[in-house]
Amino acid sequence: MIERRSVDALIVGGGPAGLAAAVGLWNNGIHDILIVEREKHLGGILRQCIHDGFGLTQFGMTLSGPEYARKYIDDVVRMGIPFITNTTVLSVSPSRIVTVASPDGMIRYEAKAVILTMGCRERTRGALAIPGERPTGVFTAGVAQAYINLYNRMPAREVIILGSGDIGMIMARRLTLEGAHVQAVFEVMPYPAGLPRNVEQCLNDYNIPLYLSHTATKIHGSDRLTGVTISEVDADLKPIPGTEKEYSCDTLILSVGLIPENELSLEAGVKLDPRTRGAYVDEHYMTNIDGIFAAGNVLHVHDLVDYVSLEAERLAAYAASYIKDGSLPPCPLPVACGENVGHVLPQRISGTSNVQISLRVRQPLQNCRIVVMQDDREVFTRRMRKAIPAEMIQLNIPASKLSSQGGLTVMAVCENE
Amino acid sequence: MTREFTCILCPNGCLIETEYDPAPASEGAPVIRSVSGNLCPRGAEYVRQELIDPRRTIATSILVIGGELPLASVRLTAPIPKNRIMDVMAEIRRYKVTAPVYAGTVVIHDIFGLGSDVIVTKTVEAIASSGKAE
Repeated sequence: MIERRSVDALIVGGGPAGLAAAVGLWNNGIHDILIVEREKHLGGILRQCIHDGFGLTQFGMTLSGPEYARKYIDDVVRMGIPFITNTTVLSVSPSRIVTVASPDGMIRYEAKAVILTMGCRERTRGALAIPGERPTGVFTAGVAQAYINLYNRMPAREVIILGSGDIGMIMARRLTLEGAHVQAVFEVMPYPAGLPRNVEQCLNDYNIPLYLSHTATKIHGSDRLTGVTISEVDADLKPIPGTEKEYSCDTLILSVGLIPENELSLEAGVKLDPRTRGAYVDEHYMTNIDGIFAAGNVLHVHDLVDYVSLEAERLAAYAASYIKDGSLPPCPLPVACGENVGHVLPQRISGTSNVQISLRVRQPLQNCRIVVMQDDREVFTRRMRKAIPAEMIQLNIPASKLSSQGGLTVMAVCENE
Repeated sequence: MTREFTCILCPNGCLIETEYDPAPASEGAPVIRSVSGNLCPRGAEYVRQELIDPRRTIATSILVIGGELPLASVRLTAPIPKNRIMDVMAEIRRYKVTAPVYAGTVVIHDIFGLGSDVIVTKTVEAIASSGKAE
């Protein structure tokens, strides 16, 4: 016999997006909330991100991940927002029935709104198909981070890092501080995947070289990793024969991308955008399924947690209206990616309200303009001295600039002068 | 001389082109002729600091005795000279705390007289207690 309960808003995941959504809903008058978290503690990935640099936008100071999470957790506790931990969401149905496995058994919640805030996962060695046996010593950056920062286990002595994502660079510094020797970071693209400040403060500060246009082409060792073969790649990212160089190491850290964790969303009938690998949403962060919303890294991978929180707060205001009124204004106008834009969000808007658009450019650009067109009319433009894929760009477009007719196209136009 | 700095003060990571006269061999500070490329005034201050005395903050963990978690994360409250990072790491490693330990607690006051405290950034409850968030 499965216990049945009802709730106004059920939030799947108690990381930064889920916490900010909960606090936002509460502040918008929705108090019948439940946060469901699979780990023992709230806070999500921030619990292992002990480095500082979080909170500049939200709190005007630089905090560690646990401190940033704590600010929201303190609000949740003070407001008395219900949460259950050690609890896994087993399924979300299109009619918003959420089945969970909690320490008290299975519970089925009927929710007026479901907020998807499951975050993302790391791409693994499997996704790269690097030849070789399967020795221990090959870790994703986040797994190494959990070993060191949560479990007090040091997984490495001689380290090679593949991929220049922010977590990989942060782990290069962290491993160095803990006494490991990080030989180098190799990045397949001709530019760094992470933010310039992390290249500076995590690699340059510790004399860790970053080699662009390089990738791992063989993994050596059978029990423990003994080395990695690195090759240069050509313009098509294909390894160039004859450039192989073997590095002897006991650990290979992978920082090769993050993928929104959307297994539950798919089961609920939520359609995903192949560019973001997160849901297609309208300007209210509602997916194609009525009453199911998404924000944070499950929707699109963010560069900064502050922006995750802000996005979830915006979602909360809309979800609160939805819960009170049973509907939200229609959003029939599509938003498309134009020249040089890798992805854009939301994918549908009303054309009658202010809207915030998030995007990433496809490759580093200099002296460009971010332009938003509605049909043939320019509704927004921003000049940028540089735009890089590592950075999420956000635009606020006032309703006064928009028409209720015609789709938008977002592009980055370079000025060659 | 000219040199490019990547500002680390915020995620913008401004690339700041700087023209300066190096300090004379004896002593004194370099004279900055121009800075450009910074989106805010803090960028110019960052460059000045980098030229005379580059400083960084660090974050690490300390062992917790009797805690529900083996480690409590810690960080510095103010940046320290870059060349003292490894000394400071070694000093922090000598410390242990007994649970419960609360975020904000000062573990080492004014480490090596550098004007920076080491503070706990994650609350760790004693092993028996439970039911609290985090």
